[in-house]
Amino acid sequence: MFLDIRIPIGLLFLTIGLLLAGYGLFSDPAIYNQSLGINVNFYWGGVLLAFGVVMLILARISRSG
Amino acid sequence: MVSLHWIDYSIMAVYVAFVLGIGWVLKRWMKTSTDFFLSGRAIPAWITGLAFISANLGAQEVIGMGASGAKYGIATSHFYWIGAIPAMVFVGIFMMPFYYGSRARSVPEYLKLRFDEKTRTFNAVSFAVMTVFSSGVSMYVLARLMGLLFHWNFHVCLLVSAGIVLVYIFLGGLTSAIYNEVLQFFLIVLGFLPLVLLGLKDLGGWQGLVTALNDVAREEGFAEGTWTSAWHPMSSPQNNPMGVEWFGLSMGLGFVLSFAYWCTDFLVVQRAMAANSMSAARRTPLIAAFPKMLFPFLVILPGMIAMVAAPRLPQLTAEQLAALPGGEEIVPPPERGLIPARYETKDGKLQKVYHQKPDGSGQLRPELDYNMAVPMMLINYFPTGLLGLGLTALMASFMSGMAGNVTAFNTVWTCDIYETYIAPNRSDNHYLWVGRLTTVFGVAVSVLAAYVAAKFNNIMDLLQLVFAFVNAPLLATFLLGMFWRRATGHGAFAGLVLGTLAAAAHQATTAPKGAWIAELYSYRSEMAQNFWTAIVSFSVCFVVSVAVSLATRQTKPDEQLRGLVYSLTPRVQDEPGLRWYQKPAVLAVIVLTATLALNFIFF
Repeated sequence: MFLDIRIPIGLLFLTIGLLLAGYGLFSDPAIYNQSLGINVNFYWGGVLLAFGVVMLILARISRSG
Repeated sequence: MVSLHWIDYSIMAVYVAFVLGIGWVLKRWMKTSTDFFLSGRAIPAWITGLAFISANLGAQEVIGMGASGAKYGIATSHFYWIGAIPAMVFVGIFMMPFYYGSRARSVPEYLKLRFDEKTRTFNAVSFAVMTVFSSGVSMYVLARLMGLLFHWNFHVCLLVSAGIVLVYIFLGGLTSAIYNEVLQFFLIVLGFLPLVLLGLKDLGGWQGLVTALNDVAREEGFAEGTWTSAWHPMSSPQNNPMGVEWFGLSMGLGFVLSFAYWCTDFLVVQRAMAANSMSAARRTPLIAAFPKMLFPFLVILPGMIAMVAAPRLPQLTAEQLAALPGGEEIVPPPERGLIPARYETKDGKLQKVYHQKPDGSGQLRPELDYNMAVPMMLINYFPTGLLGLGLTALMASFMSGMAGNVTAFNTVWTCDIYETYIAPNRSDNHYLWVGRLTTVFGVAVSVLAAYVAAKFNNIMDLLQLVFAFVNAPLLATFLLGMFWRRATGHGAFAGLVLGTLAAAAHQATTAPKGAWIAELYSYRSEMAQNFWTAIVSFSVCFVVSVAVSLATRQTKPDEQLRGLVYSLTPRVQDEPGLRWYQKPAVLAVIVLTATLALNFIFF
């Protein structure tokens, strides 16, 4: 394998997750009328962040194992 | 018009940086033409598997399947549950041993090894033309959509997105395309998933969606449940908006069209050919089938929701719309759910396009612009921030589709046309550079095709029809080639040519689309007509190939056909040491059982 694709995927979702969740913390609550009153930026940002971390952990495990 | 904020642009920028970065990192591994065209046959199965579906996940899939979901309902999932999945299992179990085992670099090259040069060239040329045009159309759709929604400049959007794809393929070849396709796959899934979740929550879950779509069915003159059950309405063409019945559906779509695409289209087969072992190549389409089976929930449901959801943003009123000068690019107000009507500029004013009710009662109804279903869903439910992610996912789907086309075009042009006719027997380094230059050439022609599409909408319709003629007969050629030792080069070539002509003839003599010569029969819908065109063309190709093969002498002796034909090839044995979940046969059984279950759940 040329490069472990899980590393760039993990980093990408980590970055986007942080951006979204961070924005969700400080954004104007009025914009969430559109998303049924749910702060989707914060929650979905968290989901992306978690996905990114899982990808990085998987890459780490296969490297050491 | 919705405006984007810094956060939306930041997410897009992060994505673009990663995509280009992957190309850059892979650059140093691209030393030989095998690295560039086949990724050195060194990629594990889960990566080629995800790339296998991602390459196909272009404009047609995301925008088109959403549009069909709105127009036809859950029956659209037949494209997956009797279409793609069985075909993917078939190519993995039965055909991959010949593709991968023959060491051919492309599908046309397999045809050369199995039959002869003319059959290969016929396939190579038609495939090359087809790929650049489909990537062009894909780019045109993206650039137009972005212009419509956010007033992005058409030319800038077109050139920038083409430029990004060009750079990462130029640097890292097929590996770069495949790795990015995996990244794009996750981005598309995670970008569209919240759309489905929010939409379903808004309507009160699946039951809420069923109730709301029952109203749509009644209004359109169908039985309740027409939009939410896949098989019930297929009893006769009158009972469903697709205008097809179960036989035409199973044979035309389930057998001919799906098998022709998934088993012979080099765009997807190329991904499996890059796998690192025979069993990995065979597992590629099987691994792809798992997410593919669930894709209807990701791409079709948003369209169905768009039919019945209530707008959550202020909309243009009829008066504001009437005051606008004709010809301006705007998003019109919703007509049904979130979906706007189709408008045309007539007498300098924007006017709705009307069509007849399908039951022929003569009542005129406004025609809906179904292609706007998914984009309207994004704008409706996603606030700024998540909207950036949704648009990035949309861009990712266009780019993965385009990159798939460009890499396939590269290989076919360089290996099947350039190396055969223009400059044979050059150094490997020479072909590596031709491959790189072909990337530039392929992208440039795609851009040109996008401009052609922008100028002449109808020409693109016609071209897509021609592509359908080219694809359908191929399946017969491959089935005979792989499973019948006696099929000859002359037989295959004659079958392909006459099969293609038969498709054209069928289209030319039936309605609603075509009937240029005479109208001998009228189908209820274009879709039904497409399915039957495929059936006719497949049958003609099959019969002609068999007849001509029997009348001509076997082109190649049996020794040369070893590894290319089923009866002359030793059965593939799984490599020793595979776990149960790595065995192709086990995966195939699980996928087929699960797909069957899905058919029953949504019967």
